[in-house]
Amino acid sequence: MQNSPQSPIIEASKLTKQFGAFTAVDAISFEVERGEIFGFLGANGAGKTTAMRMLTGLSRPTSGQARVAGIDVAAHPEKVKQRIGYMSQKFSLYEDLTVMENIRFYGGIYGLPRKQARQAGSQLIEQLGMEAFARKQVSGIPLGWRQKLSFSIALLHQPDVVFLDEPTGGVDPVTRRQFWEMIYQAAETGTTVFVTTHYMDEAEYCGRVSIMVDGQIAALDTPDRLKSEFQAANMHEVFLQLTRPKP
Amino acid sequence: MRAIPYIVQKEFLQIFRHRIMLPLIFVMPVLQLLVLSFAADYEVDNLRLHINDLDRSQASRQLVGHFQASPHFTLTGNGAGGAGQIHRGEADLLLEIPLGFNRSLAKGNRAEVQVAADAINGVQAGLAQAYANAIVQSFSRQFSGPTRGLLSIETANWYNPGQDYQTFMVPGILVILVTLVGMFLSGMNIVKEKEIGTIEQINVSPIGKGAFIVGKLLPFWLIGMAELSIGLIAGRLVFGLPLAGSLAIIFVFAGLYLFVVLGFGLLISTFTETQQQAMFLAWFFLIIFILMSGLFTPIESMPPWAQALTKGNPVAYFVDVMRLVLLKGSGWQDVQPHFGVMAVYAGAVNTLAVLNYQKTN
Repeated sequence: MQNSPQSPIIEASKLTKQFGAFTAVDAISFEVERGEIFGFLGANGAGKTTAMRMLTGLSRPTSGQARVAGIDVAAHPEKVKQRIGYMSQKFSLYEDLTVMENIRFYGGIYGLPRKQARQAGSQLIEQLGMEAFARKQVSGIPLGWRQKLSFSIALLHQPDVVFLDEPTGGVDPVTRRQFWEMIYQAAETGTTVFVTTHYMDEAEYCGRVSIMVDGQIAALDTPDRLKSEFQAANMHEVFLQLTRPKP
Repeated sequence: MRAIPYIVQKEFLQIFRHRIMLPLIFVMPVLQLLVLSFAADYEVDNLRLHINDLDRSQASRQLVGHFQASPHFTLTGNGAGGAGQIHRGEADLLLEIPLGFNRSLAKGNRAEVQVAADAINGVQAGLAQAYANAIVQSFSRQFSGPTRGLLSIETANWYNPGQDYQTFMVPGILVILVTLVGMFLSGMNIVKEKEIGTIEQINVSPIGKGAFIVGKLLPFWLIGMAELSIGLIAGRLVFGLPLAGSLAIIFVFAGLYLFVVLGFGLLISTFTETQQQAMFLAWFFLIIFILMSGLFTPIESMPPWAQALTKGNPVAYFVDVMRLVLLKGSGWQDVQPHFGVMAVYAGAVNTLAVLNYQKTN
């Protein structure tokens, strides 16, 4: 089961999801290396979220295979879940619980011993500088803080990979910046970050970027190589060239 | 399994964080118990009676006197025109004593009186006729005297000697209140997490389905049991609810019963996408369960197909057990079949709920 440190942490081969006659994800294949920050881009409805749901064991592939941390996701979805963190597009914290209660709950369901969860919780609050909010209900704290908290909670059980589905949607530029600093920190400690985003400036921060169009991966490389390949000044132009409807 | 206490803790925090929940769960049911139990009284008093005495004899006046003495009737008119009164809704019952009533009785012949009731409310009309019947019977006995050696019936009401309707209704109403709270709380629960989106976060965690569901149900099970205890105490204090049998039977059965109700709510929760849908579905089943529980209309008076349906109605079993144990003092042996059915039900409903809750789809 255990894969060697050299082998890719995520391997998708011909991963496909169909909903009736509609093919949301069309036989995509790619690999993500350990410790990488992998940007997963695409227009709305291109199949990003569906692909991510298959990688996290939330959705069963129609065909093809995905291995995460060396484990076949479709065959052992529950085993994969121990090794990954996930921050969904929808808000994932309990708004009627306090910051501390959320941390304790998620620590608990990932099987962290009570003492360790408490320690990790206070440490996390200190790192985030959220002492003022610790006993406040989540509904009463600003969105940017909530997103940072969600991300930290997704990392609480020290997963191998963390999946972030548009983590910075609706967040101000300063907080986005801070959020990306947190992403870099996570990557430095060896956690692979798999992130979807709509912000093309964020795409530039990624190690490698894939761009999905109509359920397929239209391009996959480092931001620099993509820019030279498409003779574009920035990732925004690359994205437009790929996703703009053909005349 | 280690995750269960964390889920229970979270559920309790969430339930009691909302200020409305505590009174909703514990005060409202007690109020309902008081209101419904006082209201659900099958006796009807002060029925409006119109008498048309065509005989105007000693015997007929005596009979009218009997009616006037009854608390069930109030005389609102006499003479002709009784039909019109009923038609206009001014009288509920019409008693007509024909000419020659006295003479027939004196000769020892059969005498007849006519009773007509406004039967728009069938239950009330039935009761009115039964009361009238009883009065006429007692009158005729008195008139003819015991010497005639007529057959007479001595009735004795066992287990509820005063035929006290509250004694009869309170245990059943308690069952309904426990059912309502259990079904709604559990029915709204998982679907609420679906609506908010937090269910995704649960589904992507390694928590086992069984542990998750046990953790979700346990708080509501405890609340249901607490509610039953409060209801029993209130019933005892306010209505003098008798306790002929063992409380242990009631609580063990209630524990099993709550697993059925909570499992049912959970099943609804896994089938629906919004709290609104869950609410409608829960109501659909609750209405059928409650109206066909034998609480308001006896199961024995239902048509055979409906009687067969009540065999699948968990509420009917609990109402029955409550009455058997509280009023009759039935023991473990007597309610064994009820336990059997409930155990099968609990197993089936919860298995279905766990199977239908999919972490991966």
